[in-house]
Order: sequence, then structure tokens, then C-alpha cells
Amino acid sequence: MALARTQGPTLALLAACLFGTARYEAFLTTENLLNVLRQNSMLGLVSLGMTFVILSGGVDLSVGALLAVGGVAAARLSGHGSLVAIIAGVVASAALGFANGLTIAKGRMPPFVATLAMMIAARGALLGLSGDDSIPLASSASAMHWLGRGAVASIPAPIALLVLAYVLGWLALRYLRFGRQVYAVGDDAIAARLLGLHVDRVLVATYVLSGALAGLAGVVLAARLGAGQPVAGMGWELDAIAAVVVGGTLLSGGQGGAGLSLVGVLLFGVMLNLLNLEGTVSPWWQWVIRGAFLLAVAMVQNRLVRRAGAG
Amino acid sequence: MAAASTRVVDPSRAANLAARLWRYSGSSGGAVVALIALVVLNALFTPNFASSGTCWNILLQVSIVVPVAIGMTLVIATGGIDLSVGSVMAVAAAVAATQLHRGVIVACGAGVLAALAIGLLNGLLIARERLQPIVVTLATLIAGRGFAQLLSHGGQLIPINDTAFQWLGRGRIGAVPVPLVLALTAVVVAAVALRRTPFGHRVQAVGGNVAAARLAGVPVQRTLLMSYALCGLLAGIAGLVEAARLAASDAATIGLHIELDAIAATVVGGTALNGGRATVAGTVVGALVMQVIATSFNMLLIPYSWSLVLKAAIILVAVFLQRPGRV
Repeated sequence: MALARTQGPTLALLAACLFGTARYEAFLTTENLLNVLRQNSMLGLVSLGMTFVILSGGVDLSVGALLAVGGVAAARLSGHGSLVAIIAGVVASAALGFANGLTIAKGRMPPFVATLAMMIAARGALLGLSGDDSIPLASSASAMHWLGRGAVASIPAPIALLVLAYVLGWLALRYLRFGRQVYAVGDDAIAARLLGLHVDRVLVATYVLSGALAGLAGVVLAARLGAGQPVAGMGWELDAIAAVVVGGTLLSGGQGGAGLSLVGVLLFGVMLNLLNLEGTVSPWWQWVIRGAFLLAVAMVQNRLVRRAGAG
Repeated sequence: MAAASTRVVDPSRAANLAARLWRYSGSSGGAVVALIALVVLNALFTPNFASSGTCWNILLQVSIVVPVAIGMTLVIATGGIDLSVGSVMAVAAAVAATQLHRGVIVACGAGVLAALAIGLLNGLLIARERLQPIVVTLATLIAGRGFAQLLSHGGQLIPINDTAFQWLGRGRIGAVPVPLVLALTAVVVAAVALRRTPFGHRVQAVGGNVAAARLAGVPVQRTLLMSYALCGLLAGIAGLVEAARLAASDAATIGLHIELDAIAATVVGGTALNGGRATVAGTVVGALVMQVIATSFNMLLIPYSWSLVLKAAIILVAVFLQRPGRV
């Protein structure tokens, strides 16, 4: 049954791709597929961080705001060179993620409230400091422009980065001590503490990682747009949670994985792509279909889990 | 004459009343103190704050979020959460605006029914299918906003010229604005329902411990279903009032992010986020705290975005003070 939960989304993704290939000539072209991947690379990065947090039994509502923080920090410092800008973007968001982690692990606050407060405060402070105006990247930051628009051996840089992040994430969750501890804490935090795990450290680390990846996604988005936008990433926390849940990671923690989330992100991406290729479907239908799809997947998953529990 | 004067000055009665008020405020005592401090500080330092105009303005502004926050309080008391309230407001407004040619009563009825239907859907999936409230209401948040846009002929703003409908948002009963009357009614009904009816006790029993509630014979599924349905209904009414106030249904903005304000008001007011303890009066105080912050920042010409930072800090402090002990 766990197999059905984890393989179902992959099968659905394959089915969606087969359907697209059969129905639209434009679907199975390198250009279209790279486009889907590139458009979803930022959400993919955010969802990877969210996966770690959800696996540990929490949730991170602040990722959209932290994405904007990363993009704006990078854009502001882009005059000092690309490396400084990229590091600044990632570190700024990671530091706010660290604050999330401290509030949750040491302050014993519910993750929902702590990250909700961070989401509101970070967005508010960012808008207060920057206003609504977007901040253009310095033209001298060539490596940063490359990160948004360049390519590694004809693979666009954002996609290469996405693949690299997911490979590392997958390896970390499977083989690193930290990854195994994330599962243990998410499965049963009290048992993990009794086993001698440093539960607080693991929790803080997951929120730092989530913040850092959101910041990285913000840097990539700013690089693609050529500017850091204080209003970027609004509502992305919901998209990321939806992608993680659809991929098959359980919100209750302890079960799931990085690969599943990539499938979840791509499933939403391919669905939107198919709707665009159809052309006649109003953009608002996409919202309705996304919501209905999320519900349907959650229902199927829930039944599978319950049957597994009963059997 | 003598009897009347004793009634006014009797000190033991006044002390008694104060003691009762403090006891009733219970977990929301912190929010009451915060509200009083904010009002006093603003009255001293914010020019023109201590005026009846500002007072009415704050009450009018808060009367949109209060019904939504009361619904949220019910749902949170059962141990759940409803993220879809903003989208439900937009759907109710869009349905009412597009049905207005059939008459005001039909339009309002249709809008409220649509909201109730979404609430029932949330409730059914959470109570019967036992899906997680966050996932279900996240899905209806996304789909509901799209549905509201579809109803508005592809995301157009629908102007509302009907004066009878506008009365819901702009009219007055005596000196009191209609939205405020509606909000007060919702407050009183919900407060009585939560404290004095079996339904109210069941809500808190389910939130306190589902298994124990089930063993004690509480109809858990029906209680959950009713809580989410009521939350949808209240959000629908707020949606109609907001559309009437704006004299338009704007599916893109009505109720956007109001779920955050409603959750904040509930939590600041002293309702436990993990369920089992709810206070309607606390939620009203919580909503007032948030609104006084927003209004005073506005009057002091501090950008709105900075008020978000203070709101976030208040949410954190409120929850920090009521967190459970270490396991």
C-alpha cells in the first residue's frame, strides 16, 4: 500500500505525459519540456526545503516571504559581485529560517504559528524597507545573470541547479545521519528524544535548510527577472505544501522523500502546461483544477494509509 | 431615589463585577491588557485618535473580520483550521453579484448558500473522510478563488448599483452601521452557543480529546461538520457585507489573506490553537487589538507594512504565553 502511495504520483505523471504526447504535437519537444522544468525550478527548490520540514513533522509557511527576502538581498548586493550577492541572498533567508527553528525548537511554539508570524513579519519588514519597487540587478553581476539565463552544456542553469539540489537532498535523506534523524523526529519526536537524538538541533537544521533553499529560489527568480521583487513568492508556501502532499509525503511527518516532492512539483507543472497547450481553458480553471486535484490525491492517499493501518 | 443611588455606587457590586469580568476573560486576559495599553498609548500620543470618528472607524473596519474570526474560533476549538475563509467570501460575493438581477433576497440567499456549501464540503471531507483540515481547506482556498474568478466572467470586477444590497455594507440602523449590527449579532449568538448549548460543549470536547469525546457519546462527525459549515456561513455573510461596502464584487481581492487575520485574532484572543478551549469574547478583543494597531499606524503615517511586523510579534507573544509545558 505504501508502494501505491509513493508510486501513484509517478504513474500519474507518466500518464499525464503520455496524454500530452498523444494529444499535442508541441508537448514532447525539448523546448517545451525544458520550459516546464525551468518554470518550476524555483518552486522545486522551495518544495525540497518544505519536504525536510514536513518530514520532521512541521510546516513552514514563511517560505514565500523568505524567497522574497533572498531575491531582494541578492539584488541589493549585486553591485559587490555575483558571489557576494548569491551568498547574501541564501544566508539572509537561512538566518530567518534559523529564527523559525529557534522559536519552534527552543520556544516550543507550534510550527504553524511561528512560521506564520515569520511570514507576516518578514514580508512586512521587506516592504517597509524596500517599498513596492523592484530592485534591478547590477549589470556587472554576470554570474548571477548566468544563473537565471545561462546554460550548462545546453541545460539551462536553473534546471541544473534544481537537479543538483534534489540529488543532494535525496542522498542526505537516505544516507546522511541528519537525514535519518529527520525521519526519526517526524515519526515520533518523544521516542527520538528518548533514543538520545538532539531533536532540537534536527528541527532547527530543517528550518535553516528550508529558509536557505527558499532564499536560493529567490536568488534564481531575481536572476531570471533581472530584479529582486519584495512582492515575489506570495502564496508559494501553499503551492509548495500542495506539491509535497501530492507527491506522497505525509503531512503528519516521518514518511515520504525528496524524489516524491519533485514528482509532485512536476505533476502540477505538467498539468498547467497541458492546460496552456489546450489554449481554450481559462486561467481560472487552472486554480479550480489544482484545488480539486489536491483534494483527490489527498483522499486516495488517506484511504491507502488507512487500509495499510487496518491490514 | 435612595435605591437608585445605591445601585450606582455600591462598591461591593462593582468589585464583584470586576472580579467576574477577570474570571470570564480567563485566557484572554493578556489580550485585554494589550488592547487597553494600545488604546491608552494611542489616546495619549496619536493625534486625533481619541475621537468618536476614529472609534466608529475602528469598529466598522473590524466588523468584517469579526464574523470570519468567530467561525475560525469554532473550527480551531475543534482542533482544526480553515484556510478557505477568504475564498469563501469571494465566492459568496461573486454569486450574489451575478444573481442580483433576480432580486436582493435571492442574491443574498444564493451567496450565503454557496458559502454554506463550501463549508459543508470542507466539513464532510474532514469529518467523514478524516482528511487533514490544512490540506482540505488549502484545496478549497485554491479552487474557491478560481471558482469566484470564473463566476465573475473571467476575473472582472462586477459593480453593484443596487442600493438595497449596498445597505448591507453602508447603511445604518439608528446610529449604528449595519455591518457592526451583523457582527455584534454573530458575537452574541456564538458566545451563547459556545457556553450554553450542547453544541458548544461538544465543539470543545472534540477539540480537547477526540477519542474521549467519542467514548463519551459526542457525535464527533456531526459536530465537526457543523463547525466547518458555520465557519463557511459566517465567511459568506462577511463576503456579502464586504461586497456591499465596496459596491462591487472583486473576486481577486475580496477576503484575500483574511484567513491570517482571523487566525491571528483567534490566537491572540486566547483560543488554544490545538483545540479544546475557545473564547468568542477573546477573539473579538484579538481582532480589536489587530485593528487598533493597523489604524494607529495609519494615523501616524507609518507605512502599513511595518504594522505587519508588530502584528507578527503580538501573535508570537500571545501563543508563547499559552504554550503547553515540555513533554
